[in-house]
Amino acid sequence: MNESHPMPSQVPPLTPTQGDDLSRQPSLWKRALLVALRGFLSFVGLALLLLLTFVVLRIPPLKAMQTLWEGAFGSAEEGHWYALSATLVQTTPLLLTSLSIVIAWRAGLFSIGAQGQLLIGALAATALARIGEHWPAVCLQAGMLAVGVTGGAIWGWIAGWLRTRRNVQEVISTIMLNYIAQYLVSWLILGILREKGGHLSESETLPGPVLFARLIPMAWSDGIQTSLHTGVLFALIAVPVIAVLLFRTPWGFELRVLGQNAEAARVARYPSNGLRLQAMTLSGALCGLAGVIELLGSSTGSLPASGFAYGVGFTAIPVALLGGLHPIGILFSSLFFGALTQGSRNLEQNAGVSSVLIYIIQAVAVLTVVGVRAWQARHTTGETE
Amino acid sequence: MSVIGGAVLGTVTMATPLLLAALGENVVQKSGVVNVGLEGMMLTGALMAIIGTQWTNNPYLGVVVAAVAGAIIALLFGLFAVRLGANQVVVGVVVNLMALGLTGTLSRALYGKQQSFLTATPLPHLLWNQTLLTLLALVATPMLWWWLNRTRGGLELRACGEQPIAAEASGVPVLRVRLMAVLFGGMMAGIAGACLSVGDVPTFNEGMSAGRGFIALAIVTSGRWNPWGCLCAALIFGCMDQLGVQGQALGVNLPHDLLLALPYVVTLLILLSSSRFSQAPASLGRPYRRA
Repeated sequence: MNESHPMPSQVPPLTPTQGDDLSRQPSLWKRALLVALRGFLSFVGLALLLLLTFVVLRIPPLKAMQTLWEGAFGSAEEGHWYALSATLVQTTPLLLTSLSIVIAWRAGLFSIGAQGQLLIGALAATALARIGEHWPAVCLQAGMLAVGVTGGAIWGWIAGWLRTRRNVQEVISTIMLNYIAQYLVSWLILGILREKGGHLSESETLPGPVLFARLIPMAWSDGIQTSLHTGVLFALIAVPVIAVLLFRTPWGFELRVLGQNAEAARVARYPSNGLRLQAMTLSGALCGLAGVIELLGSSTGSLPASGFAYGVGFTAIPVALLGGLHPIGILFSSLFFGALTQGSRNLEQNAGVSSVLIYIIQAVAVLTVVGVRAWQARHTTGETE
Repeated sequence: MSVIGGAVLGTVTMATPLLLAALGENVVQKSGVVNVGLEGMMLTGALMAIIGTQWTNNPYLGVVVAAVAGAIIALLFGLFAVRLGANQVVVGVVVNLMALGLTGTLSRALYGKQQSFLTATPLPHLLWNQTLLTLLALVATPMLWWWLNRTRGGLELRACGEQPIAAEASGVPVLRVRLMAVLFGGMMAGIAGACLSVGDVPTFNEGMSAGRGFIALAIVTSGRWNPWGCLCAALIFGCMDQLGVQGQALGVNLPHDLLLALPYVVTLLILLSSSRFSQAPASLGRPYRRA
């Protein structure tokens, strides 16, 4: 390829440097398999890391692993549906927010604004619920989803606009927007959107028909109400949609070229700033969707003034990185962290292990992956030169 | 003391941690590295200052412990972002996450869930309600400006940020210079964190740095990578922080939550108006690999 189309000397060729490839494209399945394999190896590594952490903290490791596992997937005595539902409920927002991170980071935009975009999505939906109190349930639900997605998209667009028009680095602007979103939520929820009694620091509860329906019939789980709701379907549909968008459309190709080599995108006359703006908007929209789904999938549908979906937007980054910034990989990594989040609640209750521990495990895992890749990249470039 | 005088001194108090962290980051960025992990290093510094003070019964030694802790986290950052040449922003984000987890686990493990125990002797006020750290920040500003712009070491550091290949060719060990800069930045961030805990109300809360590390990043950008610019920007941001905390006492008629959001809004507005024509070092954020 390089012989037939010589590149201008100052532009690095479009060949991959880090295992990702734009020039040669094996089939989607082969790629998916590779990503899955990498995911499996990560999984084994993570399990070892967990064991090591328990050993360091002097918690009996096997007992702790069992508690963790039963919290996430249930046990033979207590049945599996309840725990499994809870795990999938934890996975849903992680999946959507980490997909959002994938879109932004693939475009070379290091957005850390998932949390703020998620909050704005939930806030916009809550505001609509107050306006449309007497609407039919189906209309209100659809409206809330639409408004939430729009809200998140606007919040993402702001960061994109700041980057493309004013050269403000998205790393800083998205963090600022996160804090602004948080204070906006607490101001409005404690103000005009507060529940009518005025006792609780949250918005009005939503009527049952507006909330998402439960997926697992009570008969399966011995009459216990499980928490898995139809919101998980949105997340599962979003995965192939984003995968196709990124890897099977010209738009996705241009986006990935931009992210890997902005100079190449400029020379190829791709609309770089337009792509950045679109990526940030889409990224925000996915987080907005995650926010509404968290709201409509909860048991009451009320938005608290603080602590809503705590940590989801930040966990999304390690989830996306461990999933290899690939939608299929993320399916696995979000399931892993969903299970870890749910399992660690059980661990906190039964073994008194702090749930902040997850952050350390996430960080060490990502540092390992990042370190190995950087080392590989160095190694391979050393060989070719 | 008059209300205005109190507000001015409050501004200086609030600006001190921001200035300390920003001065460190200024040096780091001049060497061509973006350290987004500033927030995590400040957070670690805040906790370690408390723990160090409790160990030694001396808040000044607590500050030293915080500086060392910041440098240790920075060493980790430098290992991945400088030595291995991984993406600096990715490593920075992960370092923040790790610091959040480490400080959270450590503080909970040490003191149980009631965080009220987590106190220590505060730094004494020397003059006008200011601690030694304010003096340190104010002295460091001209010194760093002089070092960066008037000494051979400063020139070499700037060369690493502008043209690392040329710097290496003329005998400057780029990776070592960048690593030293990162360690210095981590040390300053640790001291800035100490400023938040033992320099102010000597307690630790999870996530207490509350985005100040990122505001410090914004200060470096809007201060145009110049220590004097950082001083001016830090004072503006300190003023906003002060308004956020005491706005209602000063008679600003805005809801409390919106006042608290003020520093973040102002950060965006200042960046919006100042970043258009960037004067960033030419190789900022680009990993350097020795050929």
